[in-house]
Amino acid sequence: MSLMAPVAHSASRPRYMRRRRLNLVMMSLSLAAAAFGLLWLLAILSTLVFKGVGGLSLDVFAQSTPPPGSQGGLLNAIVGSLIMTAIGVALGTPIGILAGTYMAEYGRHNRLTMTVRFINDILLSAPSIVVGLFVYEVVVIRMGHFSGIAGALALAILVVPVVVRTTEDMLNLVPNQLREAASALGLPRAIVIQRIAYRAARAGMITGVLLAIARVSGETAPLLFTALNNQFWSSDLNAPMSSLPVVIFQFALSPYTDWQQLAWTGALLVTFAVLALSIAARALAAGSRK
Amino acid sequence: MTSTDVARATTIAPVPGARPADHRKVHVGAGQAEKISIRDLKFFYGDSLALKGIDLPIYERKVTAFIGPSGCGKSTLLRVLNRMYDLYPKQRAEGEVLLDGTDILSPKLDLNLLRSRVGMVFQKPTPFPMSIYDNIAFGVRLYESISKSELDGRVEAALRRAALWNEVKDKLDASGLSLSGGQQQRLCIARTIAVRPEVILLDEPCSALDPISTAKIEELIDELKADYTIAIVTHNMQQASRTSEYTAFMYLGELVEFGETEQIFMSPHDRRTQDYITGRFG
Repeated sequence: MSLMAPVAHSASRPRYMRRRRLNLVMMSLSLAAAAFGLLWLLAILSTLVFKGVGGLSLDVFAQSTPPPGSQGGLLNAIVGSLIMTAIGVALGTPIGILAGTYMAEYGRHNRLTMTVRFINDILLSAPSIVVGLFVYEVVVIRMGHFSGIAGALALAILVVPVVVRTTEDMLNLVPNQLREAASALGLPRAIVIQRIAYRAARAGMITGVLLAIARVSGETAPLLFTALNNQFWSSDLNAPMSSLPVVIFQFALSPYTDWQQLAWTGALLVTFAVLALSIAARALAAGSRK
Repeated sequence: MTSTDVARATTIAPVPGARPADHRKVHVGAGQAEKISIRDLKFFYGDSLALKGIDLPIYERKVTAFIGPSGCGKSTLLRVLNRMYDLYPKQRAEGEVLLDGTDILSPKLDLNLLRSRVGMVFQKPTPFPMSIYDNIAFGVRLYESISKSELDGRVEAALRRAALWNEVKDKLDASGLSLSGGQQQRLCIARTIAVRPEVILLDEPCSALDPISTAKIEELIDELKADYTIAIVTHNMQQASRTSEYTAFMYLGELVEFGETEQIFMSPHDRRTQDYITGRFG
């Protein structure tokens, strides 16, 4: 009986009922789509863990990449990745921050800023292989050989647009009132930017750098054309340098099971390093909002 | 009707109650020292004229209130007095604004020195993202090289002056952002007086605060005028009448009437002033 009343009531509102049914259908579709996407993500991560963990041992961190059929690890690749990423970030971050600062603090509406922003957006979404080819043309061919420094340069070029974008965005979020308040005390422009605007935007700017690191540490294409690879331990920036992504690429495609195992382990390492950076970036961003 | 017709119509039939236009020239505040003299000040946002020739004295160690409906130019006028508008490329001022006889509109003027003499407190509290102590020490350190103990003294004096010391003395290292809105605004006042300005500009300093915090700030204004020349923009008629000695009523970019606060509120000369303060418009 009690069911009758609402039915009778809603029967007089056919459009409303139709909307409710449609709502239910769309909601289910959205949920299914989200689940479908998450499923693959989970599948990838679990495969990675499942296949990669087995190969994890001290040797991975203590020995260099082996010839097929013998014992070895990923030391040269890990160190190469760390060196090139570090140099790339060290070169790209200051440029990115300075450019972003100019765009947000000095030339907010001028033509130069709009041009730079436009080009920066293109660079941000450009395929990284293009950057690799560019550095190959400009550096590798002139040097006559592949080198770690060329790899680091390619990564730096990828860092710049990410940092420019986040720096500009984060500084634009700093309320103008804060700048006015600081200027009203008689603080020169440079101090207002360094001590007030940077401070207010700090968490966001650091997040941007972390995201840039996360982005470049998984890059393969730009390194293939620049640092190439190195079978042996090497920290010589003037020589070809190994890196995790390139080793994964090479080993995963090889017919040797021990190489394939190392590729899985390397993939696991890269993924979790990036995951850790993303979590750190999120934590920082969340912390600053309090 | 063309605009000339309108003009003629207004000359023929003046607003009832309006006095001759030169009542503004009546000398108000005889015997007072002018800290700031504004003469024929025009202000432009790009091409649009926001202040249409303002003449106004601001007397030393007195509180002058700027009142008027939104968009009348009172905040604009305030922002000329410390050249705040200079931060924005398309804003400019013409005319003369003398601070102790020196034209502060001169392009040769050192803006940072000017702003250290003419402090400003804004509508919304704007504590810097740093500790309470540093919020105040920051500006002082920039202009003076003083010892840590002297600096401590300056910070304490400024906080006491702003009636905030008792509330924050045990948490000077806490972030300025952790304070309540009213406390933040008093922190901003403390920060402003710590650099020892001569003039303090208050741009609707209480509009974001509750009545109790507002009362505290008003009390503070009353105490500060012993040492500082104060100009305050406010939308609150009672606040203007409570805190100021002189009041300037502005409307559509013009100074309609300037006089002693009591006179403006009790017996305004201009019909528009009367309409505004009695709440008939604005």
